[in-house]
Amino acid sequence: MASPSLSPPTTARVPEHVTADDIAALAAGAAIFGTGGGGAVYTSQMTTERAIREHGPVRLLSLDDLGPDDAVIMMSGIGAPTVGIEMLSSVQQVETLLREAERVAGREITAIMPAEIGGSNGVSPAGWAARLGVALLDADGMGRAFPEATMISTNVAGVPCEFAVLSDVVGNVVTLRTVDLGWLERHARAVTVAAGGICLGAHYLLTAETARGAVIPGTISTAIRVGRALLTASEPVAAVADELDADVLISGKIVDLSRRTEGGFVRGSITIAGIGTDRGRLQRIELRNENLVVLEDGEVLATVPDLITVVDIETGHAISTEMLRYGQRVSVLAWACDPLWRSDRGLEIAGPRAFGYDLPYVPFERKDAR
Amino acid sequence: MSAVRDLSLGVDVGGTNTDAVVVDAAGSVIAWTKQPTTADVIGGIRAGIAAVLAQLAADRERVSRVMLGTTHATNAIVARRGLDRVALVRLGAPAATEWPPLTGWPSDLGDQVLAGAAMLGGGHMVDGTPIAPLDRDGIRRFLDGLGGRFDSVAVCGIFAPSSPEQEREVEQLVLDHLGEGVPVFLSQDIGPDGLLERENATVLNAALRSVASEVTRALVDVVAEEGLDVSTFFAQNDGTLMSLDYAVRYPVLTIGSGPANSLRGAAFLSSVENAIVVDVGGTTSDLGVLVDGFPRESTLPRDIGGVRTNFRMPDILSLGIGGGTIIDPRTGAVGPGSVGYRIAEEGLVFGGSTLTLTDAAAAAGHGIRGHALPSLSSGQRDLLARGLAHAHERIEEAVERLSLGRVDLPLIVVGGGAQLVPDDLTGAGDVLRPDRADVANAVGAAISLAGGRAEQISDADDRDAAIAAASEAAIAKAIQAGADPLAVEIVDVLETALSYTARPTLKVSVKAAGPLSHLAAPIPAR
Repeated sequence: MASPSLSPPTTARVPEHVTADDIAALAAGAAIFGTGGGGAVYTSQMTTERAIREHGPVRLLSLDDLGPDDAVIMMSGIGAPTVGIEMLSSVQQVETLLREAERVAGREITAIMPAEIGGSNGVSPAGWAARLGVALLDADGMGRAFPEATMISTNVAGVPCEFAVLSDVVGNVVTLRTVDLGWLERHARAVTVAAGGICLGAHYLLTAETARGAVIPGTISTAIRVGRALLTASEPVAAVADELDADVLISGKIVDLSRRTEGGFVRGSITIAGIGTDRGRLQRIELRNENLVVLEDGEVLATVPDLITVVDIETGHAISTEMLRYGQRVSVLAWACDPLWRSDRGLEIAGPRAFGYDLPYVPFERKDAR
Repeated sequence: MSAVRDLSLGVDVGGTNTDAVVVDAAGSVIAWTKQPTTADVIGGIRAGIAAVLAQLAADRERVSRVMLGTTHATNAIVARRGLDRVALVRLGAPAATEWPPLTGWPSDLGDQVLAGAAMLGGGHMVDGTPIAPLDRDGIRRFLDGLGGRFDSVAVCGIFAPSSPEQEREVEQLVLDHLGEGVPVFLSQDIGPDGLLERENATVLNAALRSVASEVTRALVDVVAEEGLDVSTFFAQNDGTLMSLDYAVRYPVLTIGSGPANSLRGAAFLSSVENAIVVDVGGTTSDLGVLVDGFPRESTLPRDIGGVRTNFRMPDILSLGIGGGTIIDPRTGAVGPGSVGYRIAEEGLVFGGSTLTLTDAAAAAGHGIRGHALPSLSSGQRDLLARGLAHAHERIEEAVERLSLGRVDLPLIVVGGGAQLVPDDLTGAGDVLRPDRADVANAVGAAISLAGGRAEQISDADDRDAAIAAASEAAIAKAIQAGADPLAVEIVDVLETALSYTARPTLKVSVKAAGPLSHLAAPIPAR
């Protein structure tokens, strides 16, 4: 069934397995794709490494590897980070989730995939796949981190979500037959609150046919590659930029920072003053959990759904929006999103206007090709 | 007991020196000394106390309190030395079972410390709803199964900081089952939310029990040898004191006391309550922020001996730059190597042959009294000037980072390497160099208040009640730690909003502090 020769020519060959030794790189890469949000990767990294050491490496499938008998489901953790650091998942939770999804779907699920590659939700599915004994699809539903259930590639592609399953730490399981993603978001939130603030969720059952064009391909192997470059290169920022095909918009220090918590989101902006060859330049980043818009001299340099990540100027490690501090030395990376998000429907769902910015979307193109 | 008993004796054990001071009721430092820190710690403490008492002569009768700040607990963890075996009970299963206890620990430390762990039914959700019924039989079976091969028991329940009753019930259950002599440690007493970090800190704390007993006993012995009739206290991470009994129960809370003492001492010596403080030592410079006289606390997890923990620590930025930092004679590179305590033999200005930042400061006109640099080549002068400029730049950058852009905050310079900090530092207000700044750490220990902290999660509507409840608990903890019940007050209230909750929910964290009770003996903790 697996035929590596069919791998898309534009990307490097998909590695056949994800091993415990890949997880540190996956975590560092997923943090970069978190674009400031997506949750802390450290606890996910710990349990994922453990699960793979215990159950063995996970088979990684490309879209081309999917056969007619394959069924893939998206998985993610949802809820409040403040609860998530205290009431962590149960070891049975993911198994309960998968069995219920199989019962509702009426078929065996052969692979899982992350709903989002950005942050902790991009790391954990590798460990869940090991625990469940299923394969991992080298793809995700966002190509980054987004805050809402509607902001998912399958929604852009118009694939209906027929059901969703949620499981809580105690063992309760809730199955939702959903009309659309707006209703799913509403009900899933209510269930999550009742469950104590944190759930695991599975939705979007996909096959070889429906997955193509509806998911962002290759993101797990890309995250591992980006993370590996970050962890091993002598100049991590430049190495990460090259792997992502990103520009370094500015290197400087944070000279202003305004953040407030509003309805469970971190909102605000940061101002970065250039240092070194960027001396004299000022950039502002607008954020709401994730980094959404970069401005310089009134000009928009990059905007959501293109990706904007603030990294440490020395180590290249991503800095999440709640960890930004006055005086930090940072570099700002920006790179192009998947073409799916640049479609009319993609921009309607996750363009600047979807986040409340009265800005036209200007596709980001890399200028600083090294 | 005829004399006025109005003197406090503060001791701070640092990596290089053990400082001791005596402070009178008016706040004057009337005796001070610097002694080398000894490998067994207690030798330096003994020498320090003896030296200041000798300076006091007959006035030694007036000393009524001895306060000790020590890095002994940190060293024990880092060196894996003298640690107890801990049986850990985690309450909350099935929640959190994907992360068994001690996940992420260095295996040598985990193997040494953990006698066994059980994840059992119990724990609470954020709103106080039980996750599962408390598994009382499971706890007894787990402890019996270990066959007595452990020294103490640590208990960590999910959301115990806001729902503390269950951990207390388990403590009683363990005592009933094993006998009153078994030390039991509860996570609610150690750290805030963040299960794995709090659990780690609770286990480390339990493992440090013998180490803490040893150093407290040693302090009591020194005090007895000197024939002093005093109350003894330990300095803790937040710049307040705790009684000896409390220190034996919560040794992990002494781990950040060094920087906290230096911040409190800087505030006291300069009479400035809001400032940046830089403590320049032989190997590092530690920078922190004073907010209303107390150290600003870090909100990020901290690594202790390779273990992630979350208990309250001062927000400290450590630079690998100190008086003993070596300047490479060929490249002019600064550090990270340091001659440390050997500065008095190896530094150029002391007649040695190693170029250090102290020599660079001396070449720039900030010499050491009684010592002079040999004649230097112009190449050497250039090298030293560049080294000093580099040190200034690093310190400037760190000050700027800590000040959050406020240029009006004064900078208080303390520690032995104070000459490395220039008077015209960009990014700070006035540069203050108080008298006795070289023993600020010990002064900080001598003048500290007793404090306590408590947390509460509640409906946003019940905000006032939550703050009142947390305040009451914090005040009770401060009094347990030795504070005067009549003078203790709330010094800090922190509120955080929680999301994904059925109703708007708040977490409040309150700190209380007060001067030490004048009653003879502190009330033992719990």
